[in-house]
Amino acid sequence: MTDDSRFGLARSVTLAGPLRLDGGAKLAPVEIAYETYGSLDADGGNAILICHALTGDQHVASTHPITGKPGWWTRMVGAGKPIDPARHFIICANVLGSCLGSSGPGTIDPATGTPYAMRFPVITIRDMVRAQAMLLDHLGVGTLAAAVGGSMGGMQVLQWAATFPDRVRSAVVIASTARHSAQNIAFHEVGRQAIMADPKWAGGDYYAAGDPPAAGLAVARMAAHITYLSEAGLTEKFGRRLQARPNNANGAKSFGFDADFQIESYLRHQGISFVDRFDANSYLYITRAMDYFDLAEEHGGLLATAFGAAKATRFCLVSFDTDWLYPTAESRAIVHALNAAGAPVSFVELSSPFGHDAFLLDVPELNRVVDGFLRAGEGR
Amino acid sequence: MSALRPDLAIIADHVAPGSRVLDVGCGDGELMDVLRAKGCDARGIEIDPANVSLAVGRGLSVVQGDADTDLVNYPDNAFDYAILSQTLQTARAPDRVLAELMRIGRRAFVSFPNFAYWRVRLSLAWGGRMPVTPALPVSWYATQNIHQLTIDDFRAFVRERGITVERAWFLTGSSRRPAAAANLRAEHAVFLLRR
Repeated sequence: MTDDSRFGLARSVTLAGPLRLDGGAKLAPVEIAYETYGSLDADGGNAILICHALTGDQHVASTHPITGKPGWWTRMVGAGKPIDPARHFIICANVLGSCLGSSGPGTIDPATGTPYAMRFPVITIRDMVRAQAMLLDHLGVGTLAAAVGGSMGGMQVLQWAATFPDRVRSAVVIASTARHSAQNIAFHEVGRQAIMADPKWAGGDYYAAGDPPAAGLAVARMAAHITYLSEAGLTEKFGRRLQARPNNANGAKSFGFDADFQIESYLRHQGISFVDRFDANSYLYITRAMDYFDLAEEHGGLLATAFGAAKATRFCLVSFDTDWLYPTAESRAIVHALNAAGAPVSFVELSSPFGHDAFLLDVPELNRVVDGFLRAGEGR
Repeated sequence: MSALRPDLAIIADHVAPGSRVLDVGCGDGELMDVLRAKGCDARGIEIDPANVSLAVGRGLSVVQGDADTDLVNYPDNAFDYAILSQTLQTARAPDRVLAELMRIGRRAFVSFPNFAYWRVRLSLAWGGRMPVTPALPVSWYATQNIHQLTIDDFRAFVRERGITVERAWFLTGSSRRPAAAANLRAEHAVFLLRR
């Protein structure tokens, strides 16, 4: 299998499709960029799909090609980690609509020979999951030992259990929700409006000029980034401290609109570095998919019904006490629905100062919980 | 593995193999572990996050939650047994918790410390102090036991509510005590109930 070109880092595949989308459109072909780690057991029983968050990508444990930074979840994935290539066959694919090689608004539309831009069909979380299922078929993976994800990745994992219950034995849903709240949608709309208000957005057709709406996308990222952190975390890290200046290490108020406060400087940095690695139109499409996500809605408004067929799937949910983007109550609602459906479920709210971002950061308790949960599933 | 607490050992011995069990207040899952080895489908609720992490880390299906508020979310007859060990006296509304227990489980195991045990009576009557005993080890200001009860209280309570006592075990430490003098001589009790 080592010489099978389907497996390894920085893979991509063009599947003929068509993929029928929830919005009614058909997408063909379907390009999927992905990575695999480890090797698939002879019985195919050790496959784990990792689903990434809004601005994540397939480089879960490999160096990012643009930023040169380590993979985004090396705390969870790697040698000696809960998800370990020595034990698991790990798959992580760039979601549909994104910009790291999977079909999205920046992809060339075969009908016109130019990027889709806003002619790319609006997609849903379920469309992303269906595309991942096509990839698993291509890789020869029937059933997943586990699907694992945080934030939007957790939404995909829930959607996997609801849409393909026979293909998921264990589901790990971290800092996530079964539906986007009005507040979640509101923050996303601020981000989208920031992008679309940037004249360089040009109705989405900025690819040819090579001059993307960087200012709008940076503002979108800055607003979103605040929601990923906790108030206490921000206070601890920055407080009201001023930015150091060449002539004053303690900083000083400029009585102008430079980044006086460290938090301003930090957010500006977050915004600017984001535009180097992310496409503004992809940001529009993926936030839209998240806003449309309401797992109960697909099942007559009753979340328990969504998991009615998932009786053989084990679930593990984790929330963080300082996460106000997808607070613990959202995880509890999922737990209640799973209890009502009779599904085996574990749930714990972990304490962390890092807010929503905690799932990506160093929280040893999270690793212990995920490791124990996955191993128990493998012991069956 | 260390020996199970005496009440848990009795419960573990009398849960039918292969049954569906909900352990309310499961701690770090030591009873669930034993039940799992008996082929039971064991689920747990536990209020303390550190305990939940330990239990989930050993592969048990445990949900962080509160017996007082979260039992309502389980369907009727979802389990063959619902277990409430040393937790009844910590509930804010023990009557409602017990009602939920009897709704969720076809049978229920309930264990609790007996506040009419003679040492407890002595401590109160002669010493004039809130008792601190092996079964009630925590001082008055720190104890989670906010609804102390006696074996006779519990017997009257289930009788009033038309709940059937299938079996009962009365213990001091791990030694059995006869039912007749249990209210005076037993330090703690285990009841097997059904509707």
